[in-house]
Amino acid sequence: MTSARYALARAAGSTAAGLSRLTGRGDGTTVGGRITLAMDPQALERAAAGRDFALVSGTNGKSTTRTFLVAALSTIGPVVSNAGGANLPTGLTAALTRDPQTQRGVLEVDEPFLPSVITAVRPRVAVLLNLSRDQLDRYAEVRRLAEIWRDALQAPTAPVAVANCDDPLVTWAAIDSPTPIWVAAGQRWHDDTSVCPACGGVLVRDGEDWSSDCGLRRPTPDWRAEGGAVIGPDGKGHAVELALPGQVNVGNAAMAAAAAGVWLVPAAASLTAMAAISSVEGRYLRTEYAGQPVRLLLAKNPAGWTEALTMVPPEQADVVVAVNARAADGRDPSWLWDVPFELLRGRRAVATGERSRDVALRLRYAGVEYTRVDNPAAALRKAAAGGPVEVLANYTAFQTYRRVVSDG
Amino acid sequence: MASRGDPVRIALIYPAVLGTYGDGGNALVLTERLRWRGIDAETVAVEIDQPLPAQADLYVLGGGEDSAQTLAVSRLSDGALKAAAERGAPVFAVCAGFQILGESFLEGTGAVHAGLGLIDCTTDRLEGPRAVGELLTNSTIGVGALTGYENHGGRTNLGPSAEPLGVVRDGVGNGTLGVDGAVQGSLVATYLHGPALARNPTLADHLLGMVVGTLAPVDDAEADELRQERFAAVQTARRTGRWRWRRQWRPPARSGPPTS
Repeated sequence: MTSARYALARAAGSTAAGLSRLTGRGDGTTVGGRITLAMDPQALERAAAGRDFALVSGTNGKSTTRTFLVAALSTIGPVVSNAGGANLPTGLTAALTRDPQTQRGVLEVDEPFLPSVITAVRPRVAVLLNLSRDQLDRYAEVRRLAEIWRDALQAPTAPVAVANCDDPLVTWAAIDSPTPIWVAAGQRWHDDTSVCPACGGVLVRDGEDWSSDCGLRRPTPDWRAEGGAVIGPDGKGHAVELALPGQVNVGNAAMAAAAAGVWLVPAAASLTAMAAISSVEGRYLRTEYAGQPVRLLLAKNPAGWTEALTMVPPEQADVVVAVNARAADGRDPSWLWDVPFELLRGRRAVATGERSRDVALRLRYAGVEYTRVDNPAAALRKAAAGGPVEVLANYTAFQTYRRVVSDG
Repeated sequence: MASRGDPVRIALIYPAVLGTYGDGGNALVLTERLRWRGIDAETVAVEIDQPLPAQADLYVLGGGEDSAQTLAVSRLSDGALKAAAERGAPVFAVCAGFQILGESFLEGTGAVHAGLGLIDCTTDRLEGPRAVGELLTNSTIGVGALTGYENHGGRTNLGPSAEPLGVVRDGVGNGTLGVDGAVQGSLVATYLHGPALARNPTLADHLLGMVVGTLAPVDDAEADELRQERFAAVQTARRTGRWRWRRQWRPPARSGPPTS
């Protein structure tokens, strides 16, 4: 009975997804998964049964690290994954029902859903990247996310936590899990971790070390991202030549290499596979627009924007700053004031997106010369008139720019 | 007061702890608005392990998480902020910063925690869901409409010594008597993020005026445009009746909801 219900639910979901694609409403992932889950609430559990998974979660770097880990694990066999950023249970269900055969999988999971997905999927590994403020209109408190992760990771049957020990919130979430693997993947954004998540006291930092009076402190890392290298538990360093920019991606590569190590993939093979990846669903994409080179950078929250601003090359390129505040972005763009836009002084900026007026006001106070252009394509044309362009956009504004550049 | 020797010092209190919602921007706004007028000014960020400067001209506190709020109030109980308020230095506080200036607030666990007692108010919990959304008020201190974004579970009751900062036109605010914030002597408090002083330059200048006297006008084209946009957004949302519609993820139940 239950398997008949699952089969029916799967068929209905796949039909709905097909209709959605045919009618041009979307790629059908969400609607298909939603229908399958509505008809069989255990559909994700059933779709995952008997398979072997790694989950990837965290505020920033989910899609990139998932892509890295898929590349690494693909060196030993086929891998199913939820490409396209559909990282809620509906999207996961759709991805797994679409490919019921492949044994090994890598799934990125929206942070608050990690506990329920762990219960449903029973993964071998959970890759825990970082936690920082994001979409505060929905999640209210970052520490609360760490707390529900912590509860989910303490069970004896919990997955192997591959956890970033440079992030105190992630460390606290994973430190009582049965067999954590610690990765020094870096943390540039410290502003959500000046208070100890365990005791509420002051968290003291000393170089890369951090500690609290209650005894919580940075564990000794098994893996480290250091400069342009990833150093494994055997102490051997591997130079990393990623096509993707930024130190943050060396950290993501270290996380993925550590996770792939659980499947005994050698670090060198993992890192070689990751090096070739040059864009992740449009992120970091280099293309041309109006005859000028353009690069797209996605940044969704203060930590991500701070990283992205450091990736803007020192040579003179105009910058488009595109910000929306839809549900998927977070409705409150106050976070713009947590981002050091002062780094853009001396360049020309174009403010756009549905909240371009918030951007304009922030740039005014940052002392950055800017113009405001409502239309995203017009904004990019305006910037491209002056030479190469870096586009920095938050989530839904970024989707708009992927269409703008592909339409030419 | 036009020829001050020293720069005007804006003390930003514990930005890493009370700065979750971009409220650090308030200090930047105050400092820059003085500089635009040729008045020397600087922001002094005071971290949680540092003593509060006794002689700053203006003090700014922002919002934060429950545990941060409790830690901040324990450090501020040394009397330095009280002394500043008593000598008439303006203090501007937002959200959690507002709550800790009161007589008491609730910890994350639901326990009552003593505040600094600088504003005659107490904070408990809103009965309904957390207040999340645009907040629009009419100020009671003659600085016009105040616009921003609120995100809190606290309900603040003003006592007889405190006046509200604004009368709520849209949103929740204090959650009692249809008002937002508090004004008591040189202390001004609100639930408005945005940051409040970026979206409401007249309120920023009101605070600065308490320090340097009459201010020359400045060009506020960006803020004016943004304000018009937000006023229109509140109106549209009200007309379409979707204002309280929210896809809000809620954490699994625990001993009590967050207060700040």
